[in-house]
Amino acid sequence: MTRSIRLFSAALSVVFLAACGGPKSDAVKIGMNLELTGDIPAVGASSKNAAELFFEQINKEGGVALEGGPKKVELVVRDNGAKADQAASVAQQLISSQGVVAMIGPNSSACAIPAGEIAESLKCVMMSPWSTNPRTTTDTTSGAPKRYVFRGCFTDPFEALVLAKFALNNLGAKRAAVLYDVASEAPVAQSALFKETFTANGGEIVAFETFTTGDKDFSAQLTNIREANPDIIFLPTYYNDVPLIAQQARRLGINVPFIGSDAWSSPEIIKLGGADVDGSYFCNHFSTQIATDEAKKFVTDYTAKYGQAPDDVAALTYDACGLMTEAIEKAGKNDREALREALSQIREYKGVTGTFRFEPGSGDPIKSAVVLQIKDGAFQWVTNAQP
Amino acid sequence: MDYFAQQAINAVQLGSIYALIALGYSMVYGVLVMINFAHGDVFMVSAFFCFLLLLVAPVPFVAALLIVMLATALLGVCIERLAYRPLRNAPRVSAIITALGCGLVIQNTTLSLSPYSQRMPEIFKSVTWHLAGISISSLQLLIIGVSVGLMVALDFFIRKTRYGMAMRAIAQDRFSVPLMGVPVNTIISVTFAIGAALGGAAGVLYGLAYPVIGASMGILVGWKAFVAAVIGGIGNVRGAVLGGYLLGAVEVLIVTVMPSTYRDLVVYSLLLVILVFKPYGLLGRPAVQKV
Repeated sequence: MTRSIRLFSAALSVVFLAACGGPKSDAVKIGMNLELTGDIPAVGASSKNAAELFFEQINKEGGVALEGGPKKVELVVRDNGAKADQAASVAQQLISSQGVVAMIGPNSSACAIPAGEIAESLKCVMMSPWSTNPRTTTDTTSGAPKRYVFRGCFTDPFEALVLAKFALNNLGAKRAAVLYDVASEAPVAQSALFKETFTANGGEIVAFETFTTGDKDFSAQLTNIREANPDIIFLPTYYNDVPLIAQQARRLGINVPFIGSDAWSSPEIIKLGGADVDGSYFCNHFSTQIATDEAKKFVTDYTAKYGQAPDDVAALTYDACGLMTEAIEKAGKNDREALREALSQIREYKGVTGTFRFEPGSGDPIKSAVVLQIKDGAFQWVTNAQP
Repeated sequence: MDYFAQQAINAVQLGSIYALIALGYSMVYGVLVMINFAHGDVFMVSAFFCFLLLLVAPVPFVAALLIVMLATALLGVCIERLAYRPLRNAPRVSAIITALGCGLVIQNTTLSLSPYSQRMPEIFKSVTWHLAGISISSLQLLIIGVSVGLMVALDFFIRKTRYGMAMRAIAQDRFSVPLMGVPVNTIISVTFAIGAALGGAAGVLYGLAYPVIGASMGILVGWKAFVAAVIGGIGNVRGAVLGGYLLGAVEVLIVTVMPSTYRDLVVYSLLLVILVFKPYGLLGRPAVQKV
């Protein structure tokens, strides 16, 4: 080996060592993979606000308690644009190059499913606060639960059951129409599950119509629905589509109530929908009218800091942060594998959205739901539904 | 019967908006032989112009429409002057890439100013009439009426005025027309202004019909209108109108008889079939090769 090559390789190894070593941050890094832009920016904003509120409080008290002293928590927030491919690359980036110990988010199922695949393959804990699709936490090929993916909310089958029973028993609806986005994960699953449970409990589905993400004109589908003469219309659709559908339906002279899923939960729906969505019902994770002490404190703190009441995404993210913190403290160290182990050991956690119960080996909590009504420009609590 | 009549009204409403936007694509292609991919985003911005205008001053509908059309026309002229004119003699692919880039700039500027969807305020109090099972609203009549009115005015402009004649001349031969003393740059600016203004009118009407507006609303509608222009024969103004109504009718018809999943599949297949048999669209004519 000549001298120049030796010198070159020595220089190269110094560069590599420097790149690997780097100035190591002392904080516990938690990644946030959020929908800050795109179709549902209100969801990402709520999630970010809640996480910042939570960890601000933790850091003020010194940080998370680890073996060898408490450490501050640092949030690494990244935007996934509410797009599946971007969510996957953000997950890859957070885990591989940012070195986060765990990832919170994405919130929409369309993003959480691909991001969950990445988290599972890179062996890093991911917790989606708001994704209700069963596929988020299960392995698509084997059907077994994923080891590293958890969620903070109930799942679609439970939600469909709650809505079907509510429509049949509380609203006395026998004939239902469904209109959903065929290009988005959560609506596809929810519409199929609703159809199944509604008919199994004695109802009849009289129209089952679809549209595609980005559509603004629903008049053809709504004319079909009007022909079918339903008692109720189920819209498992994100909050930004509901106002347009509602308005066009009212213009066509359809006056039956709408019911919706937790994808309606952003207060933006009231602002965008106005009188057209008034009187509609939807199933949700959280209501600011829930009266537990934890919830009251959270609502007060959040409102004081951001000037608006928290929605369910904020509440669920707050709980996801709480669960994550408890697991990190239980693990006692800043380590991905230890964190996963500790998180999977948690059987019960009392959060602001209610009590989480985890079965061994499952990342899906068993928890209650609420049904809310949009009335006079606010979300009004109607009833609770137990699992 | 009333069911089909209702769907026909839905189709005409949708088709009117597609036709208005398609005109912008067709006019620009006619004079510059280039596809202005930023047109869909110009359409989107006009809805936001209208929103901002109504936020500042609650003006009546006609005033809002005229002010927004004027503002959008100005935007169209600026885009042409800043982005397309320097590249007019560059390879055509550069102009197409620039157009796509322009669209993205407009879209992301809007996104950064307004990441949330907005609800368009009501400037037009719509009344809905229910006659024998058919619902028709005054808003639908307004959309159809304004669109058809603008299209007739444009047709008159192109056929009867000196500017229109110059436009047709440039579309025939861009290189020898200047030799006759026609100010090509002015004519191209006028074309962009009119095309953008029609897109602006479409944006206002669309915002009234579908009052939740967001930065990404131009993409899909822009694509559909582009397809309409191609089906009708891009470069041909009457073809754009025909294509717009045809597309609206096909979309509604498909959702009426099939699951809506098939809608875009059939629409784009239709485009392919038409182009196989009529490569220049329904009313388009092949460009004359000059030797």
